[in-house]
Amino acid sequence: MYKILEKQVLSDVTKLMVIEAPHVARNARAGQFVIVIADAQGERIPLTIADHDPQRGTITLIFQEVGKSTMAMGTMNVGDGFYSVAGPLGHPTEIEDYGTVACVAGGVGIAPMYPIARDLKAAGNHVISIIGARTKQLLFWEDKMRAVSDELIVCTDDGSYKRKALVTEPLKELLTARPGEVAKVWAIGPTIMMKFVSLTTRPFSVPTIVSLNTIMIDGTGMCGGCRVAMTDGAKFVCVDGPEFDGHMVDWNNLLSRIQYYKAEEQVAIEHWQQVRDHACNLDKVPA
Amino acid sequence: MSPLSNRERMQIKRHDMPAQEPQVRIGNFDEVALGYSWDEALAEAERCLQCAKPHCVDGCPVGVQIPQFIKALREGNLSGAVDAMKVKNNLPAICGRVCPQETQCEANCILAKKGHSVAIGRLERYVGDYALREQLKPEPPAPPTGRKVAVVGSGPAGLTCAVDLAKLGHKVTIFESLHVPGGVLVYGIPEFRLPKNIIRAEIQTAADYLGIEIRTNHIIGNTYTLDELLSEYDAVFMGTGAGLPSFMRIPGINLNGVMSANEFLTRVNLMKGYRFPEYDTPVKVGHRVAVIGAGNVAMDAARSSLRLQTLHWLREQALGKNGTADRGEAHIVYRRSRNEVPAREEEFHHAVEEGVICDFLTNPVAILGDEQGNVRSLRCIRMELGEPDASGRRSPIPIEGSEFEMEMDTVIFALGTSPNPIVFNQAAGLERTKHGTVVADPETGRTMKAGVWAGGDVVTGAATVISAMGAGKRAAADMHKFLTDRELFDVG
Repeated sequence: MYKILEKQVLSDVTKLMVIEAPHVARNARAGQFVIVIADAQGERIPLTIADHDPQRGTITLIFQEVGKSTMAMGTMNVGDGFYSVAGPLGHPTEIEDYGTVACVAGGVGIAPMYPIARDLKAAGNHVISIIGARTKQLLFWEDKMRAVSDELIVCTDDGSYKRKALVTEPLKELLTARPGEVAKVWAIGPTIMMKFVSLTTRPFSVPTIVSLNTIMIDGTGMCGGCRVAMTDGAKFVCVDGPEFDGHMVDWNNLLSRIQYYKAEEQVAIEHWQQVRDHACNLDKVPA
Repeated sequence: MSPLSNRERMQIKRHDMPAQEPQVRIGNFDEVALGYSWDEALAEAERCLQCAKPHCVDGCPVGVQIPQFIKALREGNLSGAVDAMKVKNNLPAICGRVCPQETQCEANCILAKKGHSVAIGRLERYVGDYALREQLKPEPPAPPTGRKVAVVGSGPAGLTCAVDLAKLGHKVTIFESLHVPGGVLVYGIPEFRLPKNIIRAEIQTAADYLGIEIRTNHIIGNTYTLDELLSEYDAVFMGTGAGLPSFMRIPGINLNGVMSANEFLTRVNLMKGYRFPEYDTPVKVGHRVAVIGAGNVAMDAARSSLRLQTLHWLREQALGKNGTADRGEAHIVYRRSRNEVPAREEEFHHAVEEGVICDFLTNPVAILGDEQGNVRSLRCIRMELGEPDASGRRSPIPIEGSEFEMEMDTVIFALGTSPNPIVFNQAAGLERTKHGTVVADPETGRTMKAGVWAGGDVVTGAATVISAMGAGKRAAADMHKFLTDRELFDVG
């Protein structure tokens, strides 16, 4: 069992957990992920490591409740434990001094972006971060991102906080207003957001790294469920990634692939709610 | 009762093993072969001639003392049979189920020349199951040697190596990347051939009594590198298997509904997808499944597909939904002919019996999808057999103009696998072939990197459970020599 040592509710549907996993913490680096299983009947789900502390032997995970597994995980508390935590997996981010870089993060993607921005800054880069969310309530870690960025732009899709814009808008303005300055862009967030960030940077020929989140089982190269079509052939997100050149990804194929189990996800949620809300008739009998 | 004469023994017919009927078993994931009863095991054991020079043993990659265990069995001494078995093999319930005995021990049995060999595999299974049922404890290990060994991977090679070294008194730690030990035994081989509780019990028993520590969720190459292990342990064995699936280079492989047999079987076996939504991992196959390839893995995938389709159909019936009368189809699509099928005869036979449809001399050329990006059909070309190729098999040649389409919902590739790459992160000095396999001495398992041995699929490419166990065993013997020989050890 991998114990939950801290839990923070970042929004109704976004939870942060600090988990005891010394085997992962000791060797983890920015950009890598773990595969967790909540309980013995659980599925293996990949989550990017938002932070890690080798001394304390902990990792920090942030997840958004989008399906049965993450919803059930959201109900877990300090003292509970995960059935399984495997990692670290995937290649770490290639941290170098590139000059000026832009870190574009949307929604829960802010979590995995934080250690990358932090390490890029530590390596000497001028870090311009653009973070956004659908609405104010879903935004988190603005302060942490500010602490590791030289410039920070915050926006919400609905204008409920700071600038009303999609993250691609300030990014485009930046690339237009300061031509040639940004050497590299990182984008992490919903697949559709990463697609449009890649489309935004392409005309400016700015190398753009995206961190893909696909269907995955083992995370070690064995199932191939995470394969993504690239202009130079299929790649496995788990062992070749999770970071890729956003200009080489076949986004439409990826968007279609992550939808494959949509119907089953709904079945799983309904089943879970039924089991959770079920009251046994035996319990209704007065004592 | 006076002992039988050899003539009398030779007149006893080989005993079939009871099995679930095909039409029943495709509606469940329970074990197909049900195992001998005590009477059947005893009667089958009577057939053994107790040869002075037992060729059966030569056919066994781990050298199980076959005549000895059968003799004890037929004398009614079951714990003696277990002891005789465990001298060489600590996983008999597993081996009795998945070894290709017909090409190994049983092929060498003297009775095979006159008709039918002794059913050694079925007797082995009987003895293994008895040991588990009675929770027999293995012999205690030798006194501690003070040497520490890391075994990477808990599949057949790693487990065998770990058990042998632990018996000799070395302190063994197994590192496994998945959340349960067993490797291909748990993620690859279906429940209906090898029940998971058997694997769990057999591994747990061995590990408990021999003091083997199993650390799951450790991905060597990332969690620790091979070099880090070498700095903490006196020797390392790599039994990391061949896990990386191969896909054909044809259009459409990234459509929804196309997967590797590894993904499909992992969902079904390791993650218990056939019990979704009770278990969280979904698996779906739709009405028409094409499995590309004709090896054991292909048979497992096709037979699992049939079961999922039947379970789905039964559920619809139970809910009163008048779905289609057709339960669904699972096809084996293979570019060669029936004669070249690489699967074990028994597996192929079971598949056909259950209703798997074989499309021989058929090669996929493209997978076609609908507007949503889901598989719609498989376009194939007919093949004919030409001259034998380097492997001795007649190579298939496409027949021009013979292309045709088969409607499909799911396409599963079972075309073999290559070694998992992660373990090679920061493992300088470990030499590999152009196929990605590790270069190791076939007799000793020694790699080109000092202190590191390897065996099983990571060395040979995808092969059998028992050949991996044999490699684990040979490596353990050589590692023991290294660990206990003062001079060797100090040099190493």
